Order: sequence, then C-alpha cells, then structure tokens
Amino acid sequence: MKAARWVACVVVAAVCALSFGANWLAPDGYAKQFREAPGAPPSRAHLLGTDEIGRDRFARVLYGTRISLLLAPAAAFVSSALAALIGGLAGYLGGIWLKLSRAFTDLFLSLPWLFLLITVRALLPLNVSPLVSVLITFLILGLLGWAASARVLSTSADAARNSDFVLQARASGLHGPRLFLVHVLPNLMPVLTAQFWISIPVFILGEANLGVLGLGVAEPLPSWGSLLRELEGMISFREEPWRLVPLFLLIVVMTSFQLLLSNEEVTA
Amino acid sequence: MIGRRTLLRLIVCAVLVSGVAFGQNGGQLRFCLSSEPKTFDPLLVDDDASLTIRYLTGGVLSRVDRHTQELEPELAESWKISPDGKQITFKLRHGVRYSDGTPFSADDVAFTMKRLMDPALHSPVGDTFRTAGNAVTTKVIAPDQVSVTFPGPIVGLDRIFDELVIVSIHSPKKEAAVAGPFRVAEYKAGSSVLLERNPYYWKTDSQGRRMPYLDSIRLDIQPNRDVELLRFRRGELDLINTLDTDYFDRLAASSAPLVHDAGPSLDSDFMWFNQVATAPVPEYKRAWFRSSNFRRAVSQAINRADISRIVYNGHAQPAIGPVSPSNKLWFNSSLKAEPQNPQAALERLKADGFHLQNGSLIDKNGNPVEFSIVTNAGSKPRERMGVLIQEDLSKIGIKVNLVTLDFPSLIERITQKFNYEAAILGFRNVDLDPNGQMNIWMSSAENHAWNPQQKSPETAWEAEIDKLMRAQAETSDQKKRKQNFDRVQEIVYQQAPFIYLVNPNALSAISTSVAGANPGILYPQTFWNAERLTLTGTARASR
Repeated sequence: MKAARWVACVVVAAVCALSFGANWLAPDGYAKQFREAPGAPPSRAHLLGTDEIGRDRFARVLYGTRISLLLAPAAAFVSSALAALIGGLAGYLGGIWLKLSRAFTDLFLSLPWLFLLITVRALLPLNVSPLVSVLITFLILGLLGWAASARVLSTSADAARNSDFVLQARASGLHGPRLFLVHVLPNLMPVLTAQFWISIPVFILGEANLGVLGLGVAEPLPSWGSLLRELEGMISFREEPWRLVPLFLLIVVMTSFQLLLSNEEVTA
Repeated sequence: MIGRRTLLRLIVCAVLVSGVAFGQNGGQLRFCLSSEPKTFDPLLVDDDASLTIRYLTGGVLSRVDRHTQELEPELAESWKISPDGKQITFKLRHGVRYSDGTPFSADDVAFTMKRLMDPALHSPVGDTFRTAGNAVTTKVIAPDQVSVTFPGPIVGLDRIFDELVIVSIHSPKKEAAVAGPFRVAEYKAGSSVLLERNPYYWKTDSQGRRMPYLDSIRLDIQPNRDVELLRFRRGELDLINTLDTDYFDRLAASSAPLVHDAGPSLDSDFMWFNQVATAPVPEYKRAWFRSSNFRRAVSQAINRADISRIVYNGHAQPAIGPVSPSNKLWFNSSLKAEPQNPQAALERLKADGFHLQNGSLIDKNGNPVEFSIVTNAGSKPRERMGVLIQEDLSKIGIKVNLVTLDFPSLIERITQKFNYEAAILGFRNVDLDPNGQMNIWMSSAENHAWNPQQKSPETAWEAEIDKLMRAQAETSDQKKRKQNFDRVQEIVYQQAPFIYLVNPNALSAISTSVAGANPGILYPQTFWNAERLTLTGTARASR
C-alpha cells in the first residue's frame, strides 16, 4: 500500500509539473490551428495528434489539465465549505435547525437545475473572455454542488453531537463555536475530505456537460471537460486510441488522489 | 435441373427480396428533431423542428414535388391564375376531412387567409403573401371554390401556397385538426413528438390503398447529433435527414449503402451582425455593425475554403450569396466567393478610421474591436466554424468571444430581445424561386434577421432590395425577374448584411429497412414523400 501511495504521489506531482510546464513543453499554445493537418494522428510534431480543427492535442491536454487541476478542486473546496457550514452546523445544533437544514437541502436537491442554469446563462453577459467564463463556470458548480455533501455531513454531525466525547467536553464546560471547532469539526474531517475528493471528478464532468448549455469553458480555452466532449463523436476506440488520453489522465489522476486520500485517513 | 436445396434457397431469397424491396402498410418510422418545436401552429412556424411537424401534418392546397420540382395538386384539385397575375382561384378536392373528421371546405381557406394576414399574428409565412401589400382578399365562390386576390401581381403565385397549411374554421380542435398524412398524437416536452396516421387522409395510391402506409412517426427530440448517429447505427432510428460530414464519411466507410450525398444543397451557413436600432448593444459597436466596410472586411478576413475543407471535410463549397450555385436558374454567376484577404480587409477598415495598435484593431474613437458571436450549442459544424472565424479575425486584430447557447435561448435573443452582437446560423431553403425568400429580404419581414420588422427601410440599399424584390414578384417576364434578383444578389454581396460562409452538401442516411425513400436537395430531403414510405417486414414487426 505504501508503494502505491508513493506511485500516486509521483503521478500527481508529474502531472502537475507537466501541466505547469505547458508553456515550455508546448510553446505553440493551445489555440494555434494547424489547418493543413486537422484530425491528424500522433506524430513528432503533434505527440497526441491534432483535433478536428488542427489544434495540437498534446498542448490542449497540458493546458486543460492545468485549468481543471486548479479550478475543479477550488470549486470542490467552495462546495465542501458550504456543506460544512450548512450541514455540519445544523447537525451540531440539532433540533429545529437540523430539520430546517434538511428541508432546505431536500428542496435544493429537487430544484430543476437545468432550467435554472439556462436562466443563469441568460443573465450573464455574452462578451466575457474565456478565462472569466471558466471561472464563472466553476464558481457556479461550487455554489450549487454543496447539497448532497451537506446531507451526509449533517448526519455525521448529528451523530457526533450525541457522542460520548462531545458530552464529556460539554460536561467540562466547553460550549458554542469552540466546542464545534475543537471537537466536532475535526471528527467531520474524514467525511468532509471524502466529499471533497468525490466532488472533483463530478465537477470536471459537470463542466463538460455545462458546455451544452453554453456555460462551459469558452473556446479556444481547453479544459478536461471540453476535451472529454471530443469523445462524444467516437464510434470506435480502436480507430483513434490517442483521443482517449484525456479520459485516461482523468482516471489516473483521480485514482492517485484517492490513494493519497486513503493515506491521510489512515494517518488521521 | 434445380435441386431441392437450391429451390429452397431461391424461395428464401425471393421472400427476403420481396420483404426488403416492397414494404407493407404499418410500422413506426423513427427519426430525430434537433430541437424542441417552438410551435404547433402551422402559421407561426419559424424553426426546423416545427417545420418538420408542419410538413408531415399540414394539408396544403398545392405542393412542390421535392424530386421533380414541379407543383402538384393537394387539397386543391386545380387552380387558375388570372391574366393580370393578381388572382388565383382554387377548385377544391371533394370529400376531404380534417383529422378529427371535420369536413374541409372553402371556408377553411378563407379563414386561414384571414388569420394569416392578421398583422397581430406576426406569421413568418404571411410575409411571403404580403409582397404586393397587405390588402389580400379571399372570396368563397362555392363550398369547393375559393379565390384569393392580391393588390398587385405576384409571379409564381401558385407556388407560394406550398407553405400555407390550411387550418379548419369549424373544428373544435383548431389548428390541431390537420389535413396532412399524419396528426400529432402525443407531445412529451423535451422528449418526443409522436405522429400517428391521419385516418381521414384523402390520398390513395394507384392501387386504391389508403395512404400513408406507416402507422406512426416518432420524432425524438435530440439536440446531440452524436447520440442521433449512435442510435441510427444501433437501428433505433430509420433516417437522419441531414448528416454531419464527419459521420457521413465514417458511415460511408463502414456502410456505404446507408449514406446519400445529393450534392450542394440550397442551404447556407452564414454569419450576421445585429443592426437593430433598439438592441441593447453599445452605440459604438452598432456603428461598426452598420458599416458596410466593417462587414465586408470581416467577410474578406474569413477563409471559406478552410471552413469547407476542415468543418465539412470537403462536403461543402464556399458560399457566394443568398442563392446556392446549384440553383442554376437564379444564381448570379457573375459573383465569385470572397477569397480570404486580410490585407484588403485592413485597407477597407482604414476607410472607416480603424487602425492596428499592438496587434489589436482599434476604432476611430479608441475602442478595441471585440464582439461576441452566438450560435446554437450542440452543432459541431457551427461551433467549429466559430473557432475558425475567431482565429481568422484575430489576424486583423479583432477579438471574438464565441458563445454557444441552447436553441430556445438563442432564438429568443435573435428574434425578440435582440440581445446579441453577431450570430452564426443557417437557412434551410425550401424553394428555388426568389419569392420563397421574400420573408428574408423585405425590410418589414420577420426573418430580416439583421434588422427585422422595419416600418420603412432604414437604409437606401434595403429600400432598393425591397423595390427589386417587389418588382421581381410582380412581373411574369422571366428575364426581368432574373435581372432584378441578380441585382439583389449584387447588393447583398456588396453590403454583406449576411456574411455567407458555405453551402453544405445535402447528406443524409437512410436505413435499409425504409423503402420508397428518394433523397434530394430540397427540404425535407429524406421524408418529403413520407406518406409513401414503408418499412420492411423485419423493421415493421419489431415496432
């Protein structure tokens, strides 16, 4: 297990290093169109071939990895923080607060998000740069993705509230925010951390789906989501296996994160 | 001498061949709509999905045969046009009933015409009928005879009725009662539209069999073309009316008999700028969009050959103007596709005070040139065109933000709120005749996309187009009509209100389980003879 964690650590470090070194590794950038070679197979000039309009896929994967590795965890952090605040606090307070929080969470989960997102898109200005559009996309994902995690956290916090160690802490005179921060929140951390890691691939795929609504990352900026959208047109994996690299990368990185996570849990 | 085994094989082959070649009554044809239908009212149709439903359900007085391009009688048995070209008198077919059993009569035609010409309805079809003015009168001469009189002569008068679905005045179901081959049986928003055979449909074949042959048509609402293709390959769909080029090539490689390339279509993809005076667009940008030099410069900066080659894999040709070169009769052959010339584009922009500064184009007031282009999400060709245009325009210092929107939001923006700067869309041309484009070129028209419903033409060139379009519609002299419409094409070329990009080829896919299909270049390419389509035994039995 220790060896697997080392491998995971090396993989994550290597992917991070590659993506942050994109400017040097792919100096032509993610937007340059090699129009004489659209949809080209891998070659010396284009290690992963080119996409349908002739952009270097290797460059797009590197830059897309950078964006997704930075922003998907950021969105997951926002949603986990909201989940801890709403679910964790309500579970800790219990009683009417817990009921209210669960009712609100259930209502939030039952909202027709598709229509709401279309409305959000309609409210946004059209003239935003691709970078701003990607920030908006992940911010929306972060702000909307807390509900499922909050439900899990409220249950855990509720259980923690009635646990022996919290009763003992209360008996020794500890109350209010201090009790929550010192005794309850640390015990919620494994659940919260798990929710955080689970959210990352969900947000990456969510961003890809939002592209259909015009809320995704705007062209020509790449992201894992937009790269995965390219797979929509794949009929056979055998014909162009190199197009699967973004999917492979997503799986490898997420698995590595999970292995690192299990390490943290063991340590905790 | 034929052995028993050989004889058995022959019998099996004969049964199989008869099953494949000659479909029988019954079964459900399945294909996809690319978006939610905006309306089921045939007089308000303005989008592809609604157009498909209108074509399959609506009864018209006469219809252009999509194969021969000749006009054929439908609800009208015959018609006569007055010598001055102002009046058309229809002799109606007897015994026709709407889908709910309500009898069809001349009153229905009069009611439809009255409704169509009501300015409050804002019917896109109505624009075609207003070319000679609004004062159109309809007179019921007898229950089976009706005349429609226009204030001025209209050439090709009978052909404009191809798009006019006759709705019932007496039916309690209003426009849901139809006289076409199918009727709407079920509509699940966001999912599907089920059309079922109209039990009262009047048409029979040469053997006296009642048409349509199919029991029903299921139209699945599926904006994602990839899913559509996968379902076609799995045999869940019977046809794809318009096929994307990359899928066409892949399908052609694996199953050549399923795909059909009918050559350059009458359709076109194009881009335009929002010129609406009241649109929520900054004034300085409106000034750019209203400048013909700016529009022409953008047109010159675009590499159409690349769009044709990269986006359509060569299954398209650079567009020149509103008429596809495949329309031999009306195309102005003196015009040539605008070649890409960034240097000439910059020269043209200089005339309007634009200049380059650190690689960015700046207008005479110091504003950097940046605008957004909207197009519909899910259309890969248009998204790719947008990306290519983004790159082409960056070469003359213009920054383009490409935005994909879901189709209803896009239509709302470009037809109602006018909250956009530029758009990429396409036109489906259903008619070879310029009269079919009246609802685009008249400045008062709903589909005059860059600045619709003008009370009076806002520019001299739009006034000239109005005059020329009316003139061509009012004379029966073919040579004069051609001259007038040639001039319209010249003006459009010079002013570039629409920047035409490419004319895609008519590509389609039809399953071998469908018999009787004869794909062509006119819309709807594959199901124009839907009432005659049949399914082979196996397909029919499985549904």
